[in-house]
Amino acid sequence: MNVSETIRPTEPRADVQPYVTGALLALALTLAPFAMVMSGASGASEVAAIFGFAVIQIVVHLVFFFHLGRSPDQRWNLAALVFTALIIGILVGGSYWVMHHLDHNMMPNMSMSDLIESELIKA
Amino acid sequence: MTTELLTVDTIRPYAPPPQIVHAGASEHRGGTVTTVLGFWIYLMSDCLLFAALFATYSVLGREFAGGPTGKELFDLSYVLLETLCLLASSFTYGMVIVALKAGNRGRVLGFLLLTFVLGLGFVGMELKEFARMIGEGAGPGRSAFLSSFFTLVGTHGLHVTSGLIWMAVMMVQASLRQFDTVLPTRLACLSLFWHFLDIIWIGVFTIVYLTGAMS
Repeated sequence: MNVSETIRPTEPRADVQPYVTGALLALALTLAPFAMVMSGASGASEVAAIFGFAVIQIVVHLVFFFHLGRSPDQRWNLAALVFTALIIGILVGGSYWVMHHLDHNMMPNMSMSDLIESELIKA
Repeated sequence: MTTELLTVDTIRPYAPPPQIVHAGASEHRGGTVTTVLGFWIYLMSDCLLFAALFATYSVLGREFAGGPTGKELFDLSYVLLETLCLLASSFTYGMVIVALKAGNRGRVLGFLLLTFVLGLGFVGMELKEFARMIGEGAGPGRSAFLSSFFTLVGTHGLHVTSGLIWMAVMMVQASLRQFDTVLPTRLACLSLFWHFLDIIWIGVFTIVYLTGAMS
């Protein structure tokens, strides 16, 4: 924390600059993946790339729009965020993992729709 | 322990001029910090709601049941325009906070209105897209993919709509109320809510639209 921040005037002023920087970065990080996909990109590495852009853009939003940082002032905000990220990881990653294995371990020619159909025939 | 703890910048309330400082104002300032932290924790729980919907979508997103796929349904240039609307509205809301801290009521109202119009544009475009899809027979009942699509994107849209209602109320309050400690707290909470919805949208356009249009 620098001096100008610690000696705050009675009316704290917010700076326009972080919002401008954040908006420009976010704009670039939005246009890049859209341009990739709209120009016909496909394949695993391109999917990884657009996810990479998304993660960077989320960080940009957190830093420049939420002004989230590592200062001790914000320990609780950050702690709540990190904990939430952990839960999201378990929830989304876990669901995908479990369902993928379930799908994988089914008998051949036994997709869900076949299963429903055979049940209908029996009935 | 000072009241300056936990400053997600927007939390710092506009310090009122001495004549409108009333008894207990310092408690209000402490209350602002607690309120905004509480709202932040609510947002984290809302995050979990969306995580569940994203998880559902990631499991069901390819179960087309012989119906239309994302590649056939999504118009990326349309989605890009929607995205830019929402991104621009995040920026203009940032300007609301800047104006609030400068104590400029006119600018606060102007940027709130601009944010509202951009948000309304986003919701309008989304509703138009939903209507087009349902008109093409790609409604939520068509396949598991479309059920999870409408649930996820619709829930986000409903959040944006609630944000717009909240924003309309804030425009009325900002034009009537004094800029004491209450109004900045409410505007700070709305700020967090609005920026949060933009972050969720990053997930939506990446996981639903871009990934959907690729495969």
